[in-house]
Amino acid sequence: MKIGVLALQGAFLEHEKVLRSLGVTAVEVRLPEHLHDLDGLIIPGGESTTIGKLAVDYGLLEPLRQFATAYPTWGTCAGLIFLAKDIGIDRQPVLGLMDIHVNRNAFGRQVDSFEVDLAVPALGDVPFPALFIRAPVITAVEPGVTVLSRLADGRIVAAQQGHLLATAFHPELTGDPRFHRYFLKMIEKVENLRTSD
Amino acid sequence: MATNGLNQNGQQTGTEAVKRGLAQMLKGGVIMDVVTPEHAKIAEDAGACAVMALERVPADIRATGGVARMSDPDMIDGIMKAVSIPVMAKARIGHFVEAQILQAMGVDYIDESEVLTPADEEHHINKHKFTVPFVCGCRNLGEALRRIAEGAAMIRTKGEAGTGDVVEAVRHARAVNGEIRRIGAMDEDELFTYAKNIQAPYALVKETAELGRLPVVNFAAGGVATPADAALMMQLGVDGVFVGSGIFKSGDPAKRAKAIVEAVTHYDNPDILVKVSRNLGEAMVGINVSGMPEGDKIAGRGW
Repeated sequence: MKIGVLALQGAFLEHEKVLRSLGVTAVEVRLPEHLHDLDGLIIPGGESTTIGKLAVDYGLLEPLRQFATAYPTWGTCAGLIFLAKDIGIDRQPVLGLMDIHVNRNAFGRQVDSFEVDLAVPALGDVPFPALFIRAPVITAVEPGVTVLSRLADGRIVAAQQGHLLATAFHPELTGDPRFHRYFLKMIEKVENLRTSD
Repeated sequence: MATNGLNQNGQQTGTEAVKRGLAQMLKGGVIMDVVTPEHAKIAEDAGACAVMALERVPADIRATGGVARMSDPDMIDGIMKAVSIPVMAKARIGHFVEAQILQAMGVDYIDESEVLTPADEEHHINKHKFTVPFVCGCRNLGEALRRIAEGAAMIRTKGEAGTGDVVEAVRHARAVNGEIRRIGAMDEDELFTYAKNIQAPYALVKETAELGRLPVVNFAAGGVATPADAALMMQLGVDGVFVGSGIFKSGDPAKRAKAIVEAVTHYDNPDILVKVSRNLGEAMVGINVSGMPEGDKIAGRGW
C-alpha cells in the first residue's frame, strides 16, 4: 500500500513515520505528479493559510480535489480545514469536499492548546490521547457525515464521510497508531469494493 | 497569569507535548520578523507560517545601538489582530517579567532572544514555569540542550542576526548536526564524558543520540537573505527558517517573502529554486561577518 502525505508545510514527517511503522510506503506530495499511483492521502497539520497558498501556486488544488473525490483522504487539524465545505468568514482556498462546518482556531491562542483523553467508540473502549494545537472544531455536520468523537462539552472533533476522514487533533504526535490503522482499513475497504466491481 | 495544568474542562494545557507540538506544526515553514500590522499582512499573504513581532528588525537594532527591549504591547496587539497565523514575540535573555507580560497578552511563542540586550548574564528564563512555549537560540549542541533543559520547546540556530550574511547560520547548523552525528556513534561511557564536556544534561544527550536529532524542532536563523540561503539551511537539515531583516530590508519584500516560502517547501528541487530566485529586486545590503569586530557580534550572548 502506498499513501501520500501532502508535504507543502507542517507535520508531514510525523505522519510518514507512523505509516512506515505500520509497513506502509509513504510518499511526499509537493507537486501534482506526485499524486500518481497512490492508494490514499493524508493532509497534515500545519498552517492552513500557508498550505492553501502553496497548493494554489503549484497547481495542486484541482488535482488534490480530484484525488480526494475518488480516493480515501484524511485531514488532521489544518487538513480538516482543507477538506471542509464551510470554514466561515475565512477566505482561504480549500478543497470543500466534506459536508462539515468548521471554526478555525476555535479554542483560542496557543496558551489554550491542550491534551485530553478522548472517547472514540470506533477505536474501542480505550480513550485516544488527543493533542489539540490551536485546533479547529466542527461546528455542524450535514447528513451523510458520521461523528466519530466529541469533547466532553459536545463539540465535534472527529468525523467521517464515506472515504473522507477528519480529525481536529494530531494522532501523528501522540504515539498511538489506532487512527492510522483505522485509515488503512478505510483504504482496504475502498479497494475491496473496486476489485469486486 | 495562566498556569500549566487542568483547565475548566479537565484538559491539560501547557504540557511539553502541547508546547513542542506547535513548533511541529511550523515545520517546513518560514517565520518572518515584522514591525507593523502591514508587514504582518504581507508576511501572511506570502505564506509565512508565523510572524515574529518586534519594534525594530535586527539590522536596525544594530544600526541604532542602545538597549533593545521587549516591544510595546500595543504594537504586538496590533499584529495579533492583523493576522490569523501564530504570533511570536521576543523577550530579553533572563527577563522573566517580560515573558510574563507576553504570556498574559496571549502571544503564541516567546523567543528568549540574544538579538535583544540580555537582562541576566548568568541565568536564562526558567521556561518550565510558563504555559506559553519558548524558542531559544544556540550555536552548538551543548547550548541547545541547556536551553531544552530549561524548558525551551523549540530551538533555532543563532547565525548572526541583522547581517544578511548566511555564514554563521551555516556554521551553527553544521555544528549542531555534526555533533549529533558524532554522538550517534558513541557508546555509553563516551556519552557520559561528552555530556560533561559540552555541559549538557546526560539524559538529553542520550535522548538526542538515540533520536539522531534534537528532541525539539530546530529552525535556522540569523543571516538568511535569499531563497537559496533558505534552501541551503533546509538541505543542511534544519526544520524551517526564520528570516529577520532579510525580507523587509530588501527592495521588494512581498515578492522576496513569497519566494523564500516556496524555496523552503521545494528546497531540494533546483528547477523550482531557479524560478523563485529570478527578479527579486535588491537583497538587503548586508554586513560581511568576517570583517566584523568581535564586540559587534550578538551570537555570543546567551551561554
